[in-house]
Amino acid sequence: MKRFVGFVRKEFYHIYRDKRSLFILFGMPIVQILLFGFAISNEINNVDIAILDQANDVTSKEIINKIAASKHFSVVDVIHQESSIENIFKKGKVKAVLQFENNFGNNLVKENNASVQILTDATDPNMASAISNYIASILQNYQQESNKNVSIDYQIVARSRMVYNSELKSVYMFVPGVMTVILMLVSAMMTSISITREKEQGTMEILLVSPLKPFQVIIGKVFPYIFLSVINAIIIVLLSIFVFNVPVEGSIFLLAIESVLFIITSLALGILISTISATQQTAMMISLMGLMLPTILLSGFIFPISSMPVPLQVISNIIPAKWFIIIVKGIMLKGIGIGYILKETLILFIMTLLFIGISVKKYKIRLE
Amino acid sequence: MSISISNISKSYGEVTALSNISFDVKPGELFGLIGPDGAGKTTLFRILTTLLIADEGQAMVADYDVLNDYRSIRKSVGYMPGRFSLYQDLTVEENLNFFATIFGTTIEENYDLIKDIYVQIEPFKNRRAGKLSGGMKQKLALSCALIHKPKVLFLDEPTTGVDPVSRKEFWEMLKRLQKTGITILVSTPYMDEAALCDRIALIQDGKILEIDKPEAIVKHFPKSLYNISADDMYNLFVSLTNYEHTYSVFPFGEFVHYTDKRDLIDTAIVATYLEEQGLTDVQIAKTQPTIEDTFMELAK
Repeated sequence: MKRFVGFVRKEFYHIYRDKRSLFILFGMPIVQILLFGFAISNEINNVDIAILDQANDVTSKEIINKIAASKHFSVVDVIHQESSIENIFKKGKVKAVLQFENNFGNNLVKENNASVQILTDATDPNMASAISNYIASILQNYQQESNKNVSIDYQIVARSRMVYNSELKSVYMFVPGVMTVILMLVSAMMTSISITREKEQGTMEILLVSPLKPFQVIIGKVFPYIFLSVINAIIIVLLSIFVFNVPVEGSIFLLAIESVLFIITSLALGILISTISATQQTAMMISLMGLMLPTILLSGFIFPISSMPVPLQVISNIIPAKWFIIIVKGIMLKGIGIGYILKETLILFIMTLLFIGISVKKYKIRLE
Repeated sequence: MSISISNISKSYGEVTALSNISFDVKPGELFGLIGPDGAGKTTLFRILTTLLIADEGQAMVADYDVLNDYRSIRKSVGYMPGRFSLYQDLTVEENLNFFATIFGTTIEENYDLIKDIYVQIEPFKNRRAGKLSGGMKQKLALSCALIHKPKVLFLDEPTTGVDPVSRKEFWEMLKRLQKTGITILVSTPYMDEAALCDRIALIQDGKILEIDKPEAIVKHFPKSLYNISADDMYNLFVSLTNYEHTYSVFPFGEFVHYTDKRDLIDTAIVATYLEEQGLTDVQIAKTQPTIEDTFMELAK
């Protein structure tokens, strides 16, 4: 026990004295959560658009006013020829151009058929389709209002309600994701680097020629990072509650337990990486490429898994982050209990055992 | 025997690091392993400290088998690797404390053993190990290797990269340590340090050339050895290299060490030859072979 305490104390000295890793440990979570929370957003706000109004009648004016009045768009330019459209897109001034045909109002009233063209800059496809949806819904809204007094026999009205995140705030989606990425990064990368550093600096040679058993070295290495990762998790949750008003609907206690489980999964992965890499650089590259990228891209953090091609969907199952994100979203946003996330918890648990098993098998008690 | 090695061989792929090495080290002995870089010294140390497994042969350290009883060996030996292998970001005192703790002891408990060495670095005990000078690093590493009172001490090139004064001090410390009964196996590429050991093994290309007491080793030198000097040392060396009777010629400090193919020679003949080559101030004197001369001769 004394040996263990001595070892852990030494690890804390390392962490405390290495200002760079201290920054990675505590600076990055805060920076990331703030960045994701404030800067990155899927919401459509104040998008610049231009109008090409060939009709120039009452109806088109009404629609333009309606669009300009919404908080989603601001009309920054009015053009008069179709030929200017390409030019204005090329300049990058606007994201969309709304074109009303000649005699728009007349056509609408007399022929019951008038058309508006929505041109969007699809270099950013998500944005483009969001813009065209928003405009379409404004148009539909206008139509319904003007037809209020006319009775149409059949009409389907779709009323949607967004549950669990009624304001469609993207920060709700990012908090669980960022938490997952940070816990993964801190736990896996930092442990694998700290173990390989002993190899690189030759101190592993001395540790091997000592009465310390492999598991004592590994647990001694990992223990400080469990502690630090828990602190990190707490910081992230506090930031998301108090800065972004993300609710924690479910039990904080359950969230804590699940987080510790995921931290241990990541640490086990870190140990596994350290057993197969000889230098800190290799360990870092494997952690970044092998863990970070899949964690960000394939876990459902940014891109929904259901819209991935089938092979990627299958691969996403072996990514621990995917299961943890489901758990965190469930607890924080939906407020569900352990009963609903039993499967995910079990999967994480089995993965952890597997990683630890392989690491212990691969851990070298000698130099080669 | 404190260390007994029999028929140890080890190769890394195609490269043979050690071939059929055997020798014993008696309890309390200061045994030197002398050889150039790449001779296989570190590989042998790693096999004895249970870090590597030999391809063939057996070895016992402190009466434990290096393969089967590796745990017991790890508890009872002290190992100082060739490269400085302490925690650079920990202070002198923290390093020593850490190694004491993992061996289940305290600095106080074995302070007597390291006192001699540690007092010299104690004034810097709050300095980070990475900021110490080469000589102080070695002293700290030795203190750390000794803190658990090992039965056998392995020092892999402890004086490489250390200034001459610190080297001398270091060997004086080893001599004093030896008096406490610790068996010491030390390797070095410096031939002058070999004379300070009880016995030495000359090793090259993974083979043992000779094992004996340092003063006895030089008796293996087969020829008469001469110190030769002249005004132009480079020309002297070239002339002797081209001389038909030359058996061996090596630069050695301010002289050239020379042996002749003929058994008994008149030094005047050599001097005449050298003067014919345009050299002046030629001095030739018979001298005692050193361990280095013996090594060069045996390694031929």
